[in-house]
Amino acid sequence: MAFDKLELRDIEVWDGNLAVAQAMRQVQIDVVAAYPITPSTPIVEGYAKFLADGYIEGEFVMVESEHAAMSGCIGASAAGGRVATATSSQGFALMVETLYQASGMRLPIVLNVVNRALAAPLNVNGDHSDMYLGRDSGWIQFDAYNAQEAYDLNFIAFKVAEDHSVRLPAMVHQDGFLTSHTAQGVKTITDDAAYNFVGEFKPMNDMLDLDHPVTHGVQAEEDWHFEHKARQHRDLMLNVVPRIHEAFDAFEKLTGRKYNMVEQYNMDDAEVAVVCMGSSVETACEVAQELRDQGMKVGVVGIRVIRPFPFKEVIDALKDLKAIGALDRSSPNGAPGMLFNEIAGALFNTDTKAALSGYVYGLGGRDLTKEHLRDLFKELKVNADAGKVTTQLQQFIGVRGPKLAFL
Amino acid sequence: MGEVKKIKNLKEFSTSADRFEGANLLCPGCAHSIIVREVLNATNDDLILASSTGCLEVCTAVYPYTSWDASWIHIGFENGSTAVAGAEAMYQALKKKGRLKQPDRSTKFVAFGGDGASYDIGFQWISGCMERGHDMMYIVLDNEVYANTGGQRSSATPIGASATTSPAGRKSYGEKKNKKDMVAIMAAHNIPYSAQVAPNKWKDMVKKIQHGLNVEGPVFINAMSPCTTEWKFDPKDTMMISDLATDSLVFPLYEIIDGHELNITYRPKHKVPVEEYLAAQGRFKHLFKAEYKHMIKEWQDRVDATWESLQRREEARV
Repeated sequence: MAFDKLELRDIEVWDGNLAVAQAMRQVQIDVVAAYPITPSTPIVEGYAKFLADGYIEGEFVMVESEHAAMSGCIGASAAGGRVATATSSQGFALMVETLYQASGMRLPIVLNVVNRALAAPLNVNGDHSDMYLGRDSGWIQFDAYNAQEAYDLNFIAFKVAEDHSVRLPAMVHQDGFLTSHTAQGVKTITDDAAYNFVGEFKPMNDMLDLDHPVTHGVQAEEDWHFEHKARQHRDLMLNVVPRIHEAFDAFEKLTGRKYNMVEQYNMDDAEVAVVCMGSSVETACEVAQELRDQGMKVGVVGIRVIRPFPFKEVIDALKDLKAIGALDRSSPNGAPGMLFNEIAGALFNTDTKAALSGYVYGLGGRDLTKEHLRDLFKELKVNADAGKVTTQLQQFIGVRGPKLAFL
Repeated sequence: MGEVKKIKNLKEFSTSADRFEGANLLCPGCAHSIIVREVLNATNDDLILASSTGCLEVCTAVYPYTSWDASWIHIGFENGSTAVAGAEAMYQALKKKGRLKQPDRSTKFVAFGGDGASYDIGFQWISGCMERGHDMMYIVLDNEVYANTGGQRSSATPIGASATTSPAGRKSYGEKKNKKDMVAIMAAHNIPYSAQVAPNKWKDMVKKIQHGLNVEGPVFINAMSPCTTEWKFDPKDTMMISDLATDSLVFPLYEIIDGHELNITYRPKHKVPVEEYLAAQGRFKHLFKAEYKHMIKEWQDRVDATWESLQRREEARV
């Protein structure tokens, strides 16, 4: 071994970025091609420091843009090895062309996305605009609500993405600053256990197998393009979900930490619930518990896997509720929010009586306070009692000026 | 370093085992396929190849077919350079980690891109690859126009050429700007080797490709690729046009070692007037009208000045 391992304490004080850098070190990535951008920069810096200190043996290519970062990752992945990178916001937007190429070429790259708003106006803080931008790109998308989960979900992402029945790239999302820069106790996995969980990279159609040349990135017009895209979608719908369940189970066996496609908190006898993602899930859980203590039957549903969208699990979690609030941290710009739409789509053909309303919140890192959530739960309770949505379908929370409500 | 392939004569060269199949969709008379075969036949090294979006790419890898008998990758219009740089990084990583499947083989990394993909949209990506020092070769198939999309101007389109986005007309002689000096820009990255090549000068081409593949670090090659469709000449005349280009010195052949040592590699015994080069192509036809005829003299003066400058740089040895 030409690199040293690190002895980690059982619990380390890490922020989300450092947790990811550690996970990337532990899975022994062959090539990282990256370009720094706030707030994901410390992932790249952390990885660079591990390399400088001899804890990494792979290649680290500091390219000149995020587009080049993903381009380099695609070339490296097609060559046949473990590949990952990290980005945020504008960098993610610059990568978008290559995101579709990575997934269409069936390359199991892992991309850590530290979520941040999209300009204009320019903003460095966390919202989910970049995460939403990726949702049709053919990648698997995991969402972490805190640093621990950002660490854990990286191992799961590599394991699922690199499975030969999947061969699709995966994103691990965490909230900019709220998660990426907030230190917490993170339960660690030893270097050996972490690497063994993900396993040795098994190449397939690798360009560097000189005796078996391969052509990557072909042209396919109306005669074949549709079949390629349909197969990719089929694999996302049918192959990815079982692999995610297996990876979640294996991870629970290793660490005791249990992940689900859809996370449910206080949902057993809940009458109303909010559905959200990112660090807001933890805030919502705290408020729900407080309201539970006051006798309100409220719960929280967190979406853990955004793509493939956990249609069935969402139905199971929500169909018996009386009122649901879907929280979107990205401006839908002329439509209902993505979560509202996905949930409405999931529930439409069921016999649910739940009243569904949507909320847009937290753009550009605007806080979602406990007060906001208390009001929201109370509003949902009114909907539950009335048996219908008593407000307009879409409302904005926490924005200055006259109340914004639509539809 | 791989063993340098010995090539005795053109017959032997042209019948070398091909890794680029004749079965492709390029136009009859297209120089791209000639150049690619010359490059691939110049070496026995294993090759990992990339192409940017463009004529070469769309004509050689249409699913379910491929013209490539060596690993090849295409991502997009701007990033053929970075695709191969990523593959090269993976090669270095797996070499270090002892995971190469054929560790004893000499493996080289070569990317092809048109002038649109190289001079324009992919300029930054190539600059990044050259600056970072990847062990790779980037080859521009320079046909001085966006040929794949029907003949729009690029920053390699020479002054006075009529292109669809800089057409000659009642009040215009066509393209207004002169061609960007891409070789000088790439040499300014202080890379170990950069050069211009042309398909008609195959010995010069082979020498430069072999040199380029055997130096360590990034190599930039600008290959003139006459385009029968957009330059508007008969498909049988590709080599004749190439000869006019090199013998009129419109397209001088030279190399730059380590970013500064310039060597001219071809001096025509009989210099051809630039006018003959221009007259042979439909894209310059309008320059022979009375109102634009002054352009032809300007062309000759500019070509002479560039040749003079190259000679002075060669003498200076700095």
